[in-house]
Amino acid sequence: MTVMSQTAPYDVEAVRADFPIFRTDIRGKPLAFLDSGASAQKPQAVLDAMNAVYTSGYANVHRGAYLLSERATAAFEGSREIVRRFINARSVKEIVYTRNATEGINLVATSYGRKFLKQGDAVLISEMEHHANIVPWQLLREQIGIELRIVPIADDGSWRMDEYKKRLDGVKLVALTHTSNVLGTVTPAKEITALAHAAGAKVLLDGSQAVVHRTVDMQDIDCDFYVFTGHKLYGPTGIGVLYGKAELLESMPPYQGGGDMIRIVTFEKSTWADLPHKFEAGTPAIVEAVGLGAAIQYIEGIGIERIAQHETQLLNYATQRLSAVPGLNIQGTAAGKAGVISFTLDSAHPHDISTIVDRAGVAIRAGHHCAQPLMQRLGVPATARASLAMYSTKAEIDRLADALDTVVEMFS
Amino acid sequence: MSDDLRDLYQEVILDHGKRPRNFRQIDNASHHAHGHNPLCGDQLVVYLALDEAGVVQDVSFVGKGCAISTASASLMTEILKGKSEAQAKRLFELFHAMCTGEDSPSAEGLEDEMERLEVLSGVREFPSRVKCATLAWHTVTAAMAGQDQISTED
Ligand SMILES: Cc1ncc(COP(=O)(O)O)c(C=O)c1O
Repeated sequence: MTVMSQTAPYDVEAVRADFPIFRTDIRGKPLAFLDSGASAQKPQAVLDAMNAVYTSGYANVHRGAYLLSERATAAFEGSREIVRRFINARSVKEIVYTRNATEGINLVATSYGRKFLKQGDAVLISEMEHHANIVPWQLLREQIGIELRIVPIADDGSWRMDEYKKRLDGVKLVALTHTSNVLGTVTPAKEITALAHAAGAKVLLDGSQAVVHRTVDMQDIDCDFYVFTGHKLYGPTGIGVLYGKAELLESMPPYQGGGDMIRIVTFEKSTWADLPHKFEAGTPAIVEAVGLGAAIQYIEGIGIERIAQHETQLLNYATQRLSAVPGLNIQGTAAGKAGVISFTLDSAHPHDISTIVDRAGVAIRAGHHCAQPLMQRLGVPATARASLAMYSTKAEIDRLADALDTVVEMFS
Repeated sequence: MSDDLRDLYQEVILDHGKRPRNFRQIDNASHHAHGHNPLCGDQLVVYLALDEAGVVQDVSFVGKGCAISTASASLMTEILKGKSEAQAKRLFELFHAMCTGEDSPSAEGLEDEMERLEVLSGVREFPSRVKCATLAWHTVTAAMAGQDQISTED
């Protein structure tokens, strides 16, 4: 496993060697994987950690008074402490495991929303949200009649603080992406939160694309809720995180009922377990949580800031390289954006682009990226998207650019 | 470039994709339907003018899509002119079987038409693109059945 000294140059080949997928050929060509924004590849350390639980430490958690169960519980709860440290939460009580980011947002919409919001209260989202941060609010609107308000973005994908401020009046909850999965735009979370709090609103941030690319600090941002998903953070599928301030989580009713989330059950009445278990009904994704902990430790061994630097350099290179492709338009050029490049070609539809570059062994995403309202805002049916990760290389970007030249040749 | 790519994007496809035929509305259309492929955002509207006997007098489309869906819609409009509803439905079945590589019903009487559609058979090697090729056909079938919306999600 690669652990980098903070002074040595970033060794991307050493990082790649830790990811077994890169030993797999795609149609006889080495894999160029530029779709980590959809889901990232997994380092061997994650696979090993998960395998170790299954082979020598597996049992259900919180239940058995025997060694194996105690081992599994220690590994599971240990991963929660790793997550807490990673996002600098005050306490492990504030780290709720979910299936993914989507479930985290639904949990807040359901549990917080139904208890604390009422008809006519406004929830504020933006034009660049993933469907995961649109649809739960629409469901809540149908159930209790909240108002859903939308902050427009600038044409280049930048966040517009003036538009945000204009719409804050009467808002009870601000639910925003911390980094757009299409445009790469990073929203100024701390300022957004301070303004919302001053206006009497709570803040939920969707950090699915943010935690991957930069340090996020709950105590510094001071948001009320924060969600992210394990599989984009080099961890397994089936595990996500909801951070919530303890006093808020305390005041919220359970999301689902069942085992593990109770203290005492009688047919007349049940009482709830302490945080965070109140929100974790049923057997959790034990091994996946351990995998997520291993992924975070792997990231920390390299350094998230070093990863961010590496990605920024590559982003600049990719922006230059792709801009030289005739008729290529990059969607989203906000200052300080993360390593996500959406683009369209004048001559070819994103779907044709992705089919053709796939045959060159280059995996990119084409489609609406679960952000259909944003596609409408941009005036395109879909975009192609290349997204960068800790293991991305210049060579992969060159291969993409070369494949795009083929596309242009074919279609012009 | 790989052979299956060359098979998929043949000259005929690229040509119809860039310069689709019958790319217009029909003002006095007897039927029309919207087709939508939510996966890639492709949208088109197919217009039909059927006479009393159910024969296609005119057929056209407008919309936005990838090269495959546009070329397929364009070729379809050329082929369907003068065909009966029953023939149109048979052609769709035959075309669908060709795109998915499933067993094909008999093409008797429609051999020439199927020969022209053969240029799209390359999608067989690209499972994620079959829906692009069949969107216009799904839509025209829906129009004939009197539906006005079709989505290729299912
Ligand atoms: C910004 C953003 N939010 C939410 C999600 C949803 O993640 P998941 O499907 O893992 O819940 C994604 C990923 O698809 C995303 O990019």
